Amino acid sequence: MSVSKYWREIPHRYRLEAGKCKQCGKIYFPGRLICPECGGREFDTIQLKREGKLLTYTIIHVGPSRFADQVPYVVGIVELQDGVRLLCQVADCDLDRLQIGLPVKIEFRRISEEGEAGIIHYGYKCVPV
Amino acid sequence: MSRDVAIIGIGMSKWGELWDRSLRDIFVEAALAAIDDAGVDKIDSLYIGNMTAGLFTGQEHLAALLADYLGVAPIPATRVESACASGGLAVKMGYLEVALGMSEVVLVGGVEKMTDVGTDQATYALATAADQDYEVYHGITFPGLYAMMARLHMEKYGTTREQLAQVAVKNHYHGSMNPVAQYPQRITVEQVLNSVMIADPLRILDCSPITDGAAALILCPLELAKKISRKPPVKIIGIGHATDSIALHSRDDLTTLKATERAAQQAYRMAGIKPSDLDLAEVHDCFTIAEICVIEALGLVEKGQGGPATAAGMTTLGGKIPVNTSGGLKSKGHPVGATGVAQVVEIVTQLRGEAGPRQVANARLGLTQNMGGSGGSTLIHIMEVAS
Ligand SMILES: [Zn+2]
Repeated sequence: MSVSKYWREIPHRYRLEAGKCKQCGKIYFPGRLICPECGGREFDTIQLKREGKLLTYTIIHVGPSRFADQVPYVVGIVELQDGVRLLCQVADCDLDRLQIGLPVKIEFRRISEEGEAGIIHYGYKCVPV
Repeated sequence: MSRDVAIIGIGMSKWGELWDRSLRDIFVEAALAAIDDAGVDKIDSLYIGNMTAGLFTGQEHLAALLADYLGVAPIPATRVESACASGGLAVKMGYLEVALGMSEVVLVGGVEKMTDVGTDQATYALATAADQDYEVYHGITFPGLYAMMARLHMEKYGTTREQLAQVAVKNHYHGSMNPVAQYPQRITVEQVLNSVMIADPLRILDCSPITDGAAALILCPLELAKKISRKPPVKIIGIGHATDSIALHSRDDLTTLKATERAAQQAYRMAGIKPSDLDLAEVHDCFTIAEICVIEALGLVEKGQGGPATAAGMTTLGGKIPVNTSGGLKSKGHPVGATGVAQVVEIVTQLRGEAGPRQVANARLGLTQNMGGSGGSTLIHIMEVAS
């Protein structure tokens, strides 16, 4: 992954920065330039709530090569308390505790390693509360 | 200013892992079959559905390349992309060109050559249909995205693991009667449930395969078709095309394929029909759960009833509305850019009464539904035998 492509995602990935429409209040993660709900073009930058619940999940047994050393790993869709949804890995969770509705919180973690140089990608994962 | 459009020729290449064949050769094989089937001696324009030849083979600029190898240059040629719905999009574009009077005879093709790269590169190429920065970055795969839909569908509607398996069993049963199917073997529910786990709860036999293949159609004005067609012309009477967020997590309801719902409403309205009028449908069963969500979005069954309806045989040949008589993506194969065109090939075959042992009795009205990614784009076509 190119440096610029990685670098420009850092505000969302590291700090969970989102855009809140000044006109209708809807929150977008990542931020956008126009609100699909109301057409508004002005946004406040906010930080997402870190607590939420698991809406659905899967356990990946066959993954891309960048994640091959992690299988099996859990990926889920989380709804945060401010209503925003995102997709991320579910970490530090026994498989028999996994269930729809599980309360989780977002943490900053290592996501994957790339190539021979072992460049590390960071970002958010969720863990059970 | 718009005129009726008919399909007068269909063609398929061989489908499978074609180590000895190139992308250009399989495309030309399908195109020549369609040209011969129609009996036309010239075409005016070419549309090609292809998802990502650049990533699968390193070749872009496909439209001109394929026009050259088909021997039809210098006619205009256009390649269109909408992930796994690229083929369906090519059909729509070909339809428009004929309907608007810009061309008389248009060849619509779809092609994907997927086995020139290894599994990991193929997985990467397919994953470009998902959101790279907010889905793929986190290690999700396409089986994983559909697995998350499946888990929620099971939780919300009580859909069972066995009902998911029934989709694969049915489609392999249909595919066993299709000479071009890549995997014509019949399978059992037990085999599906015991196959290798890919993304829980989906196993390898819930997933469509990696396939090399091409399909082609010849389109022309209905009035011309009535004069020159050697076989019953099939008229395109409804088209639907809609989009949704490509990121699954951005949708309000993770088990509703909104683009398919919207495209279906458009197509039914244009055709002046309702779902219960259909005699058969070819739908995008890239994974077993996809077919269940699609038949719900098309209104063939009530929301949440896709699983029980499938298990009860409603969508099996001989049932109320046979779905994927070709074997679907699951058994026939899924060369992504070719799939949407091949779905139309199956409907035309059925409406002509040429489907042999898998023929739907008295088939008059058929639908195709072709979907990109996890449902971010959908193309629907409704066809009937021209009277
Ligand atoms: Zn707004």
